[in-house]
Amino acid sequence: MTWSAITTGPIDTREVLSRVGAEEDGAVALFLGIVRNSNEGRRVSGMEYEGYAEMAQEQLADIVGEAAVRAQTDRVAAVHRLGALGVGEVSVAIAVSTPHRRQAFDAARYVIEEIKKRLPVWKREYYLDRDAKWLDGHVPVAHGGKVG
Amino acid sequence: MDVTVLLFAAHRDLAGADRTVVSLPDRATVEALIAELRCRGGGWAALPEQSAVAVNRRYAHSGTVLDQGDEVALIPPVAGG
Repeated sequence: MTWSAITTGPIDTREVLSRVGAEEDGAVALFLGIVRNSNEGRRVSGMEYEGYAEMAQEQLADIVGEAAVRAQTDRVAAVHRLGALGVGEVSVAIAVSTPHRRQAFDAARYVIEEIKKRLPVWKREYYLDRDAKWLDGHVPVAHGGKVG
Repeated sequence: MDVTVLLFAAHRDLAGADRTVVSLPDRATVEALIAELRCRGGGWAALPEQSAVAVNRRYAHSGTVLDQGDEVALIPPVAGG
């Protein structure tokens, strides 16, 4: 069973890992996205993630489903957090298990890259030395061509 | 017909609202909706003409035809992860 969620609480990576794994699997990939302490040369004090939660949930479920098809497994799990996060906190966690390592790495990579392209989530970065700002992002592409 | 518009992040800051209801002629497109919003002036006029959009939570196009009661979200460039 694939699994995906949008949450406002802290992400428990052990719980995400517990969503994958099977006796035939010899590989588990876990990707974590973490709030870091600097961006473009500025000291960052924290990040606020805003999302269109209902749509993000549907998009994340789609992305996880696509990754599962590509990796020929149903053991793909992903969760994205919204709200105010401090430096060092986990914003996204992705776990995949497969019989061999290549499919697990590839599927985890696919999920994070698609999140970056199309999950309706935005982040406002807070700095130690200037006002907060919304970070530049990717223009999402609709099915069948560029949106807009 | 009436549609509900959702605004997020930088778009919400510009408009000063996170949602609004807009009355449009039947069979109006997303493009016409955005033009109508921009006509309100003030921060609304600063909304981009060519924003990505979702209609009822699915990505859509500027030419997508709207129906009564649709939920239309203007989607600024996304930055998850």
